[in-house]
Parts: sequence; C-alpha cells; structure tokens
Amino acid sequence: MALDSAAVARIAHLARLGIETADIPEYARNLSDILAFVEQLDAVATNGVPPLAHPLEARQRLRPDEVTETDRRELFQAIAPSVEAGLYLVPKVIE
Amino acid sequence: MEWETVIGLEIHTQLATRSKIFSGAATRYGAAPNTQACAVDLGLPGVLPVLNAEAVRMAVKFGLATGCTIAPMSVFARKNYFYPDLPKGYQISQFELPIVHGGHIDILLEDGKSKRVGLTRAHLEEDAGKSLHEDFHGMTGIDLNRAGTPLLEIVSEPDMRSAAEAVAYMKKVHSLVRYLEICDGNMQEGSFRCDANVSVRPRGQSEFGTRTELKNINSFRFVERAINFEVERQIDVLEGGGKVIQETRLFDPDKNETRPMRSKEEANDYRYFPDPDLLPVELDAAFIETVRGTLPELPDAKQQRFMADYELSAYDAGALTASRELADYFEEAARVGGDGKLAANWVTGELAGLLNREGLEITASPVSATSLGGLLLRIRDNTLSGKLAKQVFEDMCSGAGEADAIIEQKGLKQITDTGAIEKIIQDVLDASPKQIEQYRAGQEKLFGYFVGQVMKATQGKANPAQVNELLKKRLAGD
Amino acid sequence: MHRKTLRELADGLRAKAFSSVELTQAFLDRIQAHDERINSFITVTAEPALEAARAADARRAAGEDGPLLGLPFAHKDIFCTEGVKTSCGSRMLDNFIAPYDATVTAKLKAAGAVMLGKTNMDEFAMGSSNETSYYGPVRNPWDLDTVPGGSSGGSAAAVAARLAPAATGTDTGGSIRQPAALCGLTGLKPTYGAVSRYGMIAFASSLDQAGPMTQSAEDAALMLGVMAGFDPRDSTSVERPLEDYCAGLGNALQGLRIGLPREYFGEGLDGTVAKVIETAIGEYRKLGAEVVDISLPNSHLAVPAYYVVAPAECSSNLSRFDGVRFGHRCENPHDLQDLYVRSRGEGFGAEVKRRIMIGTYALSSGYYDAYYLKAQQVRRLIREDFLKAFEQVDVIMGPTAPGTAFRLGEKSDPVSMYLSDIYTIATNLAGLPGMSIPAGFVNGLPVGLQLIGNYFAEGRLLNAAHQYQQVTDWHRRLPGGF
Repeated sequence: MALDSAAVARIAHLARLGIETADIPEYARNLSDILAFVEQLDAVATNGVPPLAHPLEARQRLRPDEVTETDRRELFQAIAPSVEAGLYLVPKVIE
Repeated sequence: MEWETVIGLEIHTQLATRSKIFSGAATRYGAAPNTQACAVDLGLPGVLPVLNAEAVRMAVKFGLATGCTIAPMSVFARKNYFYPDLPKGYQISQFELPIVHGGHIDILLEDGKSKRVGLTRAHLEEDAGKSLHEDFHGMTGIDLNRAGTPLLEIVSEPDMRSAAEAVAYMKKVHSLVRYLEICDGNMQEGSFRCDANVSVRPRGQSEFGTRTELKNINSFRFVERAINFEVERQIDVLEGGGKVIQETRLFDPDKNETRPMRSKEEANDYRYFPDPDLLPVELDAAFIETVRGTLPELPDAKQQRFMADYELSAYDAGALTASRELADYFEEAARVGGDGKLAANWVTGELAGLLNREGLEITASPVSATSLGGLLLRIRDNTLSGKLAKQVFEDMCSGAGEADAIIEQKGLKQITDTGAIEKIIQDVLDASPKQIEQYRAGQEKLFGYFVGQVMKATQGKANPAQVNELLKKRLAGD
Repeated sequence: MHRKTLRELADGLRAKAFSSVELTQAFLDRIQAHDERINSFITVTAEPALEAARAADARRAAGEDGPLLGLPFAHKDIFCTEGVKTSCGSRMLDNFIAPYDATVTAKLKAAGAVMLGKTNMDEFAMGSSNETSYYGPVRNPWDLDTVPGGSSGGSAAAVAARLAPAATGTDTGGSIRQPAALCGLTGLKPTYGAVSRYGMIAFASSLDQAGPMTQSAEDAALMLGVMAGFDPRDSTSVERPLEDYCAGLGNALQGLRIGLPREYFGEGLDGTVAKVIETAIGEYRKLGAEVVDISLPNSHLAVPAYYVVAPAECSSNLSRFDGVRFGHRCENPHDLQDLYVRSRGEGFGAEVKRRIMIGTYALSSGYYDAYYLKAQQVRRLIREDFLKAFEQVDVIMGPTAPGTAFRLGEKSDPVSMYLSDIYTIATNLAGLPGMSIPAGFVNGLPVGLQLIGNYFAEGRLLNAAHQYQQVTDWHRRLPGGF
C-alpha cells in the first residue's frame, strides 16, 4: 500500500517520532517502496498455516517467586536526564 | 421512558507475590520511590522478562474457584502506548489467549435472590508505576516501584443492571480473592481497583447502548456513586436528544462526578502482538491439579455448610462468610460457645455493631473469638441473662478480661435458685400491700412493677424468666 | 603478534612467550595506529583493558588456565558493559553508561577475556553496511572505499585489520555473517536460544542472536564455548548441557551430506561470487563430502517476511527510548508529547525511524492480519523448508552475500540494501545456526561461504568450517596496509 504524507505523519505520531516536515515526502516514498516489497507475501497461500512467533516453539519457563534484586536507585538514576527526590521528572502529566 | 442500566466491571487485583511478575524486585508497598524498581522494571536497554511461577499459580487458583476454563496455552502480548509510568512503552499483558476464561460469580441481591454474573476472562499483566502530581517546578514525578507488580485483571460480562449489583459483585470478588489468599484486598493501597463500563438502554431493547469506561474507582462506595452519577448523566444526555460518546471518564470523588480523561482523548491503537521475549505459557493437568489441591473452602460452599451445620438462615450464613476471617471467627466462637445460632446472633449483632462503631476489621476485634465463645457459654448455662451478657461484653471490649473473670469480679452471676428468688418475692410483696390490692382489683399492668422491684432488689441478677413464673404463681395463688 | 589466531595467542600465553598485558598493549597500539582509517571502534577502553590483562596474568600466574584467559577481544557496542558507554551506534544512547553487564559480557569477563573497546555498528543493528551509525561509517580494511557490511561492521573491520584478534557480533538477519563475508572472517550465528540475549540491546527479539567473529573456525569454537549457555534471565534461552565446540573440530568430513539450495544460486547472485562458492564446494567434495541439490522453495519470501517481523518487534522494543529514564532527552520539552517526539526524533537516525514506522504500521489496527500475521505464517513455511531439507542433508551451503563489499553510499535506497541479506535472513526466521567462512576473493575483496546447520548443530558447522580451513588459507590473508 502506498503511504501518503498524511499517513506518514499519523504513523510517526503513533510512534512518537519527530520528523521534519520537509522529510515526510521522502519517508512516504521509502516506506511505500518497502511496503510494496513486503506485499509479495500477499501472493502466498497461507490458509490454515499457524503463525510462527518463535523459531523453537518452546514453552515459557517459570521463575521461583523470590526477591533477588536490591535497591540500586542511585546507580540507575545517575544516568537519568532529570530526577528529584528519587523520582524521574517529566513535563506535567494531565489526566 | 424507562431506562435500563448495563454494567460490566474490570477488576484489577494485585497478586500477593513476594517478587514482581517479570523480575526479582520486591513488591512491598510503601518503599521509598524507585528503590524497588530494578533494571527490568525500569526497562533498561537489554533487559528481559522471566515469568513468576507464583503469579501463574494464583491466576489458576482464581480460575478454578470461579469455574473458569484454564487455558492449556496462554500467551503474553504487548500493549503499546507511551506514558511516563509505563517504562518500556508497552505493558506486558494477555490479549487473545488469557490464562483463564469463562467462569462466573454468584451474588446475593437485596431481595434475597441470587444472581449469576458471567466472567469473560481473567488475565495476567504487569502494573504500571505511579505519577506523582504534586509540584516539582511544574513537573510530574514518576515512581516505578509499582511497575511490574503482578495484576490479575478480572473482566465480567455486562451482566449487572444496577450500581447495587455492581457493588455486590465487587464485594464478592474482593471476598473471593482474599479467601484464595491471592490478593490482600487493600483498596487504600490500590491492591484492588475497578473500572466500570456503563451504558443505558430503553427497557426492553436488546442492543446495548454506547458505553463509557469509568476509571479510578477505588472503594465500594465510589463504585456506587460513580455509576449512579454516570447513569444519570447518560440518561440526561439521551433524554436531551444527545448521544453518549464512547470515552474513558475519570471519577472525581471530591466533586462526585465523572469527567472525560484528557490523556485518553486520543483514540489509542495499542498494536497488540505476542511478546517475543516470552514464550507461550503451557499448563498441564498435573500443574492444574496441584493448584486445585490448594483451594480452600470457598464462600459459597461455606455458606451452604453454615446453613446446614448451624441451622443459619441464608442471609446470616452469607453475612458470616463475607470474609474468610469473619467466617473463621464465627466458627471458633461457635465451637467454644457450643451453639452456632447463638454465636451467629452475637457476631452479626453486638460484635458487628461494635466493629462498625469503632471502624475496625474483624481481625482487629478487641474481643477474640475464643473470648466471645466463653461469654456464650455463660449465657447458655444461664449464668448470665441477655442484659447482663451485654454488660459483660462491653467490659470485655474495654479490656476487662474474660467473661468468667468479669462475672466473678463484679458478682454478676445470675440468681437461679428458686428458693432465693421466692424469698425476695416474698419481701417485695410484704412491702407492697397497696399494690397487691390494686393488682387484684384488675390493674394487671402492675405486674411489671413487681418484676421491677424484684430485679432491683437483686441488682438485675435474678433470672427474669424464673421471676416471672414465680411471681405469677404467687400473685394468682393467694 | 597480530597475525596470530586466538588459539595461537592462547598458546603463546601458556608458553609465557608474552603476557596478557603485552598482548593487550600491542592491540591497543594497533588500534591507536590504524583505527583512524577504518573507524571500527566507538569506545576504546585502554585502561580497563590493561587492568583486566593484569588480572588475567595474575590468574595465570596462580596456575589458572582457560580458553580465553588473558586474550583480548573487541565487543560490539550493542552489549551492555557496566560502567562503559554502550551506544548501540545511536545518538539516543550517546550518553548511556550501562549500569549492568550483559550476560555475554559477564561470561567473557569471568573467563578472563580482555575487552579492548566497543565496536562501531549500524544504529541499533539496523543496516547492512554500517553506514547508519551515529558515529560515522566503518570502512572495509580490504578497500577503504567499500563498506565492511553490517550491522556488526565495526567488529568485522577491527578483526579484519587485526586491531583485535576476535570480536563479538550479533545477527538478526545476517549481521554477523554478511560483514564476516565482506571482511574475510569466520562468523557464526548460533541457534536462536543458544546464547543469552540478556543485556544485548534488542532489535528484533525473536531473531537476535549473539556470536563470535573470528579469524578461524577454531577461534569461533573457543569463543562460542564461553558465550553460549543457559541463562535464567532470558526466557528464550534454551536449557541444555554445555557443549565443547572444539571437541569435534578434527572429525573427518567423509560422508558429510551437503545440500546446495538451488534458490541460492539463481538470479541476483554475482557470477564471480558464484564461481568462488563452486570452487569451495569442490574442496568439500575432495574432503569426502557428498553434495546434493536441494530446494528451499520459499526462500524468496524470507526478506519480505523479515521486513515485517523485524520492524514490528523493533517498533515496540525501541519504545523504551523515551527520554525519561536514560538516553537522549531533548532540550526544554514544553510538554510530555514534545518530550517524546523531540527526544526520539533527535535520538534516532533515518533508517531506525523507517523501521519503527514500518513496524508501527504493520501492527496497527486493520493491518495486523495482512502484514504481521501473514509474515509469521510465511515464517513457518520457511522453517518447514529447512526442516525438510535437513531430513536429506547435514549442512546447507551457499553464498553468504550476493556480492562482495560494495562502495560507501552505493545502496541508497532501502530495499536494495535489504537485499544484501537475501541469503542470510531465512536462517534467522527459522532460528537455525549459520556461519560464514572466507572462501576466496573477487577483485581483491573477500567472498564468504555460508554454512547452515540444523538446530544446535554448531559443532557440526564448526567441524566443517575447520576442516575446510585445514586445506585452504583464505582465512589467513590480511588486507594490505594493516
């Protein structure tokens, strides 16, 4: 499916990606090319073929319910852009 | 026009595991901000989730207790959206294949009838962190301690038809998860939360009306208020010729109203897909049977047993099984006191009144079940009259000790010796010739006067039934 | 010293011909002298490397030995390394000092391997030429005007130029094998689940695997032995006994059944490359292998299926880069949406954005079935092709890449770039182990022979590669000027 600029803007917003307006047509072109390429899949008959999400089709292992982690806030927040009183700060969230 | 309300609830129960659903961080409530948020909870680059076995066991336990089908294979999916309390930009939840589905919960309505509410499903997911809105120079603070706490989201069918039914359902689920010991049920701490899907339709119409989703309902009282407000609002909209908009609304308990949530205004496209970091959860029959073996006696079964064993009414048995702690209390009091009916009367009467007045949970009762049983014994063997028993109970509540000690200390033992009572009656009659004359002349209400005099003379300790009987005989006799 | 393989260097350490400190210093000197030309490192950790070398020497002096004890290596900048910048080739993580070690990092550390630094790579491993790195392109030591391949281009170039005797890489659609082919190295992508993904910054979780990039199959066996193994922190890690990948290297290839998929030799393959591959197959015949033609009929669907699955997973995996807890944050965000949009807009490059958008689109409401579900169904068909083939043969062989190293800037449109991985992608979709080994040259540029094995047949692949390397010396050639 060919994507127009509006579609690209909508997808970019859904993914919270800032894109220069001037670059949108090129993204639209590239993304449309990629989609046209992957649409080769449409020609394949896949009725009744179960999707394969993991190559090994193994089952989930369960972890014992044990507390194994200790407080490492200081270390983790040393790399944070903005913290105060142990909290990560972001621009005001409005519910 | 007459309107019918349609309600479905989504209840989020925090599972009472020690560690988080996908990490080894602690789940303890109230820790300093972000001190229980490990690398996995923070969504640091490169970290991976591993599923907590206990969370799975607890979900299966709930499923078995509610007649759900336990999925032989369930799948974790990612729900993608951006929010600062959601560290990875997606929530690990279950979408197409939840761990359990298709059970039911029976609730007791006010008219005494029972109603079955269908469960669509219950699925495992991780909780988000918390946004703290107090002012940090115009910024919001994010605490991710809660991020990754296991949640079981219990989704009902839209089977409820009033706020009262919704409350009854919510209370029943609350009781059940506590019976199962899978959730502490602490609503102040957010361990048990509820979203309500509410719509109205003209009575008799089979299609549902447009629904709104009410968020942030964290008490039984608020559920009722939020739904009632919302129903009124929707009816006003419809009767005014308008249309209900499908949206998420926030309940504001202070203003007692619901309002659209700004953060949810945008139509979300969650782009669910199976989480490639996690494999399908496959549960075999052996696992399920092991979990079944850990199921306690459930409220409905317990209620039936109480009715049969203690000859209680459905109402009393229902009230006494509302929580496992209350039921245990009752059974202990009944065992010690040796009389189920008497115990039921006291637990649902005096004790319930006291706890209600003091705002206490049964677990914090100032009188233990064993002590109450001790009091019941003294009622049964006629040591105490009903009135005296209440007096003793009050003393017990204020910490004066066991019933026997109080009786001993205050000399409250009931006088049941016929000879002793007859002697006191004789004294009273001797002192009241005028009244006897009037009584015999037809003023029969004076009987109460004689009883009062006898009770006064015995400081209330004479057995009232005996006093009545002996007095009547005496006054009639001569 | 730099001409020696890991194995030979280990022998040197054991014979006390040199110490780990001397060895490490020698490679640090080479990096200093030559990396300016190829830009293969993002971070060089000289001081910690020498410290680790001293510790390794001490362990050896105390009587300890181990396959990698005291041996230097270069680490792809996709693996978290505690206290060391871990950029993933992105501006987004330019300021990210990892607060923990990836499992692979920890295993290499514990084995006493000495990390020289972190290598350049395509941004978030998305690319086949190393041109998408925020830190600039890497150049191929065999011809500085050409690309080293990608996404593990820095690791490949560093080892090809012998700035490190070996390196780690990761492979989501060919990111170990294709650069190994283009740079004349031995590269192994293990079976999905053989090596822990914990601490390896995720691109596409159901496809990513880490593996060694070395000068020889024997070196790859040594490294894989340390890197592989069950990890309780990775739900997709497979619980199986540890394997000694060196044990079977010497086995004769008599009777080995090699399958040549006809789809790997058709249109799109450079004729001169095809000749090199045919010659290599001839060597295998001489070694006693049986060669049969096979078919993997859904091969042509691998790249299209991959460009749905991988972007879908990446679009979600990369959502955590939001400017809140780590990584790039825009200046003075005026509200929450601005924080997200600008931090991510500034932090990610164009190829990463393209893939996030393709994946977002493929998963979005109304398109999921047509794209994502369809691709997962095709994925099963591709896997079944392989399983059928492995009923017939032990190893599948063919070219690793359709051509030799291309010039920087040559493939400017995304789809033509994606087709560089036409022969490698299917193994990731199926989760199978794959290898690339040097098999000759075309116009002075290396050509890689690809070996694909059944699940957990790494030992057999390494054996086949090692035997070939006993009778050829392509893997011992060095680019001029290094």
